[in-house]
Amino acid sequence: MNPLEWAGARPGPAFAVTFDGREIEALPGQTVAAALWAAGVRSWRTTRGEGRPRGVLCGIGVCFDCLVTVNDRPNQRACLVPLRPGDAIRTQEGTGHHD
Amino acid sequence: MTERPHLAVIGAGPAGLAATLAAARHGLRVTLIDAAPEAGGQFYRQPAAGLGARRPRTPRHSRRGWERLRAGLDRYVSAGHVTHLRDHHVWFARRRRAGFTVHALLGPEQERPVEVRADGVLLATGGYEKVLPFPGWTLPGVVTAGGAQAMLKGGLVLPGRTVVVAGTGPLLLPVATGLAAAGARVAALVESADPRALVRRPAPLAAQPAKLAEAARYAAGLLRHRVRTLVRHTVVEAHGDDRLTAVTVAALDTDGRVRPGTRRRIDCDTLAVGHGMLPHTDLAQGLGCRVDGVAVHVDDEQRTDVPGVWAAGEATGIGGAALALAEGHIAGRSAAARLSGAVPEPHGWAAAAGSRAGLRRFTAALDGIYAPPAHWADLVTDGTVVCRCEEVTGGAVRQAVTDLGAGDVRTVKLLTRAGMGWCQGRMCGTAVAGLAGCPETAARRPFARPVPLGVLARAGEDENEDEERQADGHDGRDGRDAHPDEQHDAR
Repeated sequence: MNPLEWAGARPGPAFAVTFDGREIEALPGQTVAAALWAAGVRSWRTTRGEGRPRGVLCGIGVCFDCLVTVNDRPNQRACLVPLRPGDAIRTQEGTGHHD
Repeated sequence: MTERPHLAVIGAGPAGLAATLAAARHGLRVTLIDAAPEAGGQFYRQPAAGLGARRPRTPRHSRRGWERLRAGLDRYVSAGHVTHLRDHHVWFARRRRAGFTVHALLGPEQERPVEVRADGVLLATGGYEKVLPFPGWTLPGVVTAGGAQAMLKGGLVLPGRTVVVAGTGPLLLPVATGLAAAGARVAALVESADPRALVRRPAPLAAQPAKLAEAARYAAGLLRHRVRTLVRHTVVEAHGDDRLTAVTVAALDTDGRVRPGTRRRIDCDTLAVGHGMLPHTDLAQGLGCRVDGVAVHVDDEQRTDVPGVWAAGEATGIGGAALALAEGHIAGRSAAARLSGAVPEPHGWAAAAGSRAGLRRFTAALDGIYAPPAHWADLVTDGTVVCRCEEVTGGAVRQAVTDLGAGDVRTVKLLTRAGMGWCQGRMCGTAVAGLAGCPETAARRPFARPVPLGVLARAGEDENEDEERQADGHDGRDGRDAHPDEQHDAR
C-alpha cells in the first residue's frame, strides 16, 4: 500500500523539476515539500547559526522550518508552495541571500 | 433591494464555513477569506485536485458534513451572496471609523497586498500544534503529528517508512491509524497520558456517542495495523546525525517523571509528535479583543468584547471540529442579526447551543486527561535547541532566568532572541514559558504573518487620509507598540 493507492488517486501526468540540479518527479498539485518527501528527501535547508539540516516540521505554514529556495527566491515555505514543471528547487543555506 | 450588510469571515475551516453559511442564509453578504487554495481548513483538508483522488479517506460522518458545507458554499457563491477569496493570507485586521479593513497577502509568495472592507469581522482562524522540545527534536524526520497528517491528506505522501507517533492528545490516534493505512509501518504510538482514565469519568463521554464510536474505530484501526501502544510513556530523545534514525522512549511515573531503568530504543526514520494545540489569536489581539490565557474571549453569541467582531472554533479554545461547527453557526447567526440592526433570537440556534455545551464539557474532560508529562522540562538538556528559528538552547533560556534575572517570557526573549525568528515564538512559546517558570499566555504579535516592508508602508494609505485625524482613540492598532526587531522585513 502507498498513499496514492490508499486514496485511489489517478494523478495527472508527472512532470520534472530539479532539486539541487538533480531531476525529480512531481505530481500535479503537490507542494515542494510533498514532491521532496516522495523523492525521499527529508531536509533542504541549513540553519543560519549552526548550519544544521532542517525540513518539514508543522506542514501547515506556521513554523517556517521548511524554508527553501525556489527559482532563485529564498525563504519559500516548501509546505505551501505548489510546484510547476521545470521549477528549480535548491537547498537554502542560512538566510539564502549569500549564494 | 437594499445592500446586504457585509461580513468578513477569516478562515474556511469548520467554524468559518459554518459561520459563512449561517450568515449568508440569514441575510448577510459574506467574504470568506482563507489562506489555502481550497476551503476546508486542516480538518477537511482534501488531496490537491491534480492528484485525482477518487476514494475519500475521511470517516463517513465527517465526509457527509464536509459535502454539505461545500455544497452550501457553492450555492451561496453562485447566488452572489458569498465571495470566497482563496490563497489570501490575512496579516492584520483593523477597526475603522465605520467598519473594518482586513489586510491580506496574495498567493504562496505573499507579496501582493489585498484589502477587504466589511461591516463586521468573524475570526475563525483555527489553531496549530504545540510541540515541546527534547534532545534531537530538530532532526529532519521529526515532524508534528498534525503535519504528517496534513502532508498525507493534501499531498498523498508519507514522511518515511517507519514511524513512531508520540506526544499526547486525541489527534495521535487518527494520525497513527491514517499513516498505517496509507502504508507506513507505525512502530509505536507513545502517549504520555493514560486515556483509560476517561472511563473513570464516564458522564461527558457517554453524552457523546459519536465521539465514543470514533474512539472505538481508531482502537480497531490500531489493532488491525498491529500498532504497539505505550501509554504513560514519552520520547526522551531522538537520535541521528543529519536525520532521524531512532528514538528512545521511557515510562512515566504517576508524577510525570521518567521511571529509571525503563528506557528503550525504537528504530524509526520518522517521529510524528504533538502535545496538543494552541489557538491562533494574533488577529483578535490586533483588533484589541480580550484574550483569556491563550484563547479569544467570547460571550454566548460568540461575540468578542470588540463590537462588530465575532470569533468561533479553535481560536476561542481548542475543542475540535464538531464544536467549531456549532460555534461557527451561532456566530454567523448572531452576526446576521446584529449587523442588520436586529437583536438575535437565541432560540433560533438552540440546537447548536445544546451541542456546544455538551462538546465543551467533553473537551474539558479530555483536557483533564491528556497532558504532556508534568516534568517534560527535565528532559530539556542545556544543549537542546528550544527556539528552532534562532537556535536558542535550553541552557541559554535557563541562564537568562537564573543568572540574568529574567522573570517573564518577554525578558527572556530580549536577552536570548528566543521567539524572535520567523515563526515569532509559535513553536517555542510554551517551552520558553515552561522553562522560565511563567504561565503560558498568548504572545502579542503585531502582525499575524511576515509582511514585506513595502506593503506595510502602503497599508491603509487611502484610509489614513480621511481617518487619521479623526482617529477614535482605539488601541495601538498599527502595531506602533511593536519593537522594530519583532517586525519581519521583506524577503
